[in-house]
Amino acid sequence: MRNLINFFWRHSIFILFILLEFLAISLVVNNNGYQKSVAFAWVSEKTGKIQSVRNSFWDYLNLKQTNKELAAENARYRSMLPSAFLITDTLVHYKKDTLYRQQYQMLSAEVISNTTNSSTNFLQLNKGLLQGINKDMAVISPTGVVGIVVNVSQNFSWVMSLLNKETRISARIKKNGQIGTIAWEGGSYRFASLKDIPNHVRISRGDTIVTSGYSHIFPKGEIIGVINDFNIKSGEHFYDINVRLGVDFNNLANVYVIRNMLRDEQKKLEEPVK
Amino acid sequence: MSNQYIRISLRFVILVLVQVLLFNNIHFLGYINPYIYILFILLLPFETKRWVLLVLAFALGLSVDFFSNSMGIHAAACVFAAYFRPGVMSLITSRKEYEPGVEPSIVDLGFQWFFMYSLILVSLHHLILFLLEVFRFSNFFSTLGHSILNALFTVLFIILIQYIFYRKK
Repeated sequence: MRNLINFFWRHSIFILFILLEFLAISLVVNNNGYQKSVAFAWVSEKTGKIQSVRNSFWDYLNLKQTNKELAAENARYRSMLPSAFLITDTLVHYKKDTLYRQQYQMLSAEVISNTTNSSTNFLQLNKGLLQGINKDMAVISPTGVVGIVVNVSQNFSWVMSLLNKETRISARIKKNGQIGTIAWEGGSYRFASLKDIPNHVRISRGDTIVTSGYSHIFPKGEIIGVINDFNIKSGEHFYDINVRLGVDFNNLANVYVIRNMLRDEQKKLEEPVK
Repeated sequence: MSNQYIRISLRFVILVLVQVLLFNNIHFLGYINPYIYILFILLLPFETKRWVLLVLAFALGLSVDFFSNSMGIHAAACVFAAYFRPGVMSLITSRKEYEPGVEPSIVDLGFQWFFMYSLILVSLHHLILFLLEVFRFSNFFSTLGHSILNALFTVLFIILIQYIFYRKK
């Protein structure tokens, strides 16, 4: 403290000089139209530059939040897409906007844990019951099918990855509509196999595999992957098809959880028969 | 001593009046305009305390500003010149000691000393004055040239004034 006072005392003349100059120049700037406009232009240019630097800095720091918001927005839009609606075409006399009834709803979620190297891989998502996620909902990403929700807590959900030996997903070859089952038998996380495609069907490499929509979990037509390789083992009636998965499970960050709003009705319908 | 205060106060008033009533209207060659009121700062006694110097310079500049409708410009220039006055003094050696009661004038310290002394301080004053008037650093050298040319005229008038009024001492 004493040093500080000493410092000010020693430089008191200089400080007075600066003060008086500051006072004089502020008088100049405030009372003379020309100088005022020049000073204002200069100051606003500099502050504008600083502002834009500051903005780009915060924009960068907010990227995560922005991504989240964009994902939520995408989810909203995707649930407006025609593929999320079930066509109810019996109702001729209804108004146009009731021709489509929404069947699938999308919720965005973030992957907070994920494995690809076990034989039973699971993912954990940062949303749960409170955010509207329930058991047996489908999980997809923009590049393809990810898995099925098998357990939920209040705020988190546990997803059985497609990379799980227990997972079976009903699939369809897009070009000819043949139904099969996608399963993963271990090995590379980039590949799964498609079973139950009879060997009379003509297939080729690069054919797209999509979900069939038969399971009441996945909507119809979500991409799973493309055919990478196939062969027929002697004495078998079905192809042995190797599918390159659309999703790169190793860098999965944002996913969508799909709620089938008519699933209960569909289940109830099947119950007495089963 | 009180005699000296009265003389300094009178000098203040007279220089400001002469400046704003007469010299502000010269506009020689359109842009040369001697600012002789700075003579007040030049002539303050050696023993004047530095803070008094600064405050007086500010008051002087502000008074001129009031009359020439240039709020703050002269004040800034005067404070600047006053701040560097002691430095300039120690820069220029004199055959006489800087004694209390002695004014830095031609009569006391000789023509050569006073010429250097006034030329440096007046140039500093004018440089700040014109820089603030132009208010940008582009064309700095034309501003510098302008202020030096103007300073020569100011010094000329300052020396003339001294020969007119300070002979009798």
